[in-house]
This record gives sequence, C-alpha cells and structure tokens, in this order.
Amino acid sequence: MSPRAAWRLESLGFREVHDYVAGEADWFASGLPREGRDATIPRVGDRARRDVPTCGPRDPVGEVRNRVRSTGWDTCLVVNEERVVLGRLRGTAFEADLDTAAETVMEAGPTTFRPDARIAGVTARMRERGTSSVVVTTPDGRLVGVLTRAQAEGSSVGD
Amino acid sequence: MPTSIDRAEVQRLVAAGAQLVDVLPAGEYAAEHIAGAISLPLKDLDVRTASRLDRERPVIVNCWDYQ
Repeated sequence: MSPRAAWRLESLGFREVHDYVAGEADWFASGLPREGRDATIPRVGDRARRDVPTCGPRDPVGEVRNRVRSTGWDTCLVVNEERVVLGRLRGTAFEADLDTAAETVMEAGPTTFRPDARIAGVTARMRERGTSSVVVTTPDGRLVGVLTRAQAEGSSVGD
Repeated sequence: MPTSIDRAEVQRLVAAGAQLVDVLPAGEYAAEHIAGAISLPLKDLDVRTASRLDRERPVIVNCWDYQ
C-alpha cells in the first residue's frame, strides 16, 4: 500500500517522497511511540525491566556470577557489542569453572518477545508454561529488557 | 522516484522536519498509529487531500508492513 501512495504523491508533484517499507509493524515492535485508541493497552515493553544484568560472550563465568548476584538477579543475558542477545545464563550455568567463557555454558537463542506484544497474552503464556521471565528484544534482536512474571502480573516485586 | 528507508532514517528525517503520512484506512489509523503521523488514506489520496501536506518538506509514507 505505501509504495503506491509514494508513487501517487510523486505524481501529484511532491519532490521528495520516502517509503518506510517496514511500516508500523516494525515501529511498534521496536517499542517506539504510538498514538490512538489502542495505544494505552499495556505492552510488554512498558513493563520490561531494563536493569537486567548483561555480559559479553567471552566474559568469565566467575566474574559474571559475582556481579549478577550483587544485583539480586539470578539471570544474565549474553549480548554482543551491538546489544544483540546471544544467550542467557542462569541456574547451573553459574556453577561452571570460574574461567569458563559465558558463551560456553549459555542457553543459546532464548525465546524473545517484541515490546509491542500485549501483556495479557504474554502473561497467559508464561502461566501456561511455568515461565518466570521472558526476554524482550527489538525485531533486529537488540535487548530491551526482561519481563518477569511479577512485573507482567502488575506486581512491583522483582524476579 | 520514491526511496525505501528504514526506521533509523525515518527518525532522522522526521527530526529534520519530514512529514510522516499514514496511508491506512481511517479506522486503522484511529486504532493505532505512529506518534505524530498524519492520516491520509490511500483511497482518499488526491490533489485536494494532498494539499494538507507541505510540498516543500520531505514526505514519508507508511502502512502496516511490506504489503
């Protein structure tokens, strides 16, 4: 639809016309501002915690574990220099030898949700699967945060 | 010839004064749209409705996705 509109505007004499081909789907999924009747419906990105600990793929597990525990979290997301999520550390991964690289013991490719996903649907899915938290990223895989079940259900209690 | 642009370029152009135009039907625009977008449904796009836009500033059109 937008390519036709762009050509039509050009035929009407507009000299500089651009087409945002990925459109609203891309904009909303990136957690960018929206307006309209449905804009106030709570979305995953509204409640995701941005303070989740992160580490690089080659960071030693011992150092990461100490840092994560000092923050009160039990999860750490492994990201590259572009903040793209590569994996997740939790549970027994933190029991690896101190010098082990995070990428060696991380869970690769955790399931992610987009910031514009509706909270109600994601919360229901978390309940069904017994999930305590989900990772939130932009369409290009960059970390937004982590939505804990408590946050999703409207509690102020952390993970 | 219209150029295809990505999200980052949309943000850059809008910050520089470009007009963002949502060409979806009015009902869909009312439900939800990109903040700051102007509604100009494709089916209503003609000389008269386009006169709402400033011809001297860049225009960016968007719909839902690649369709």
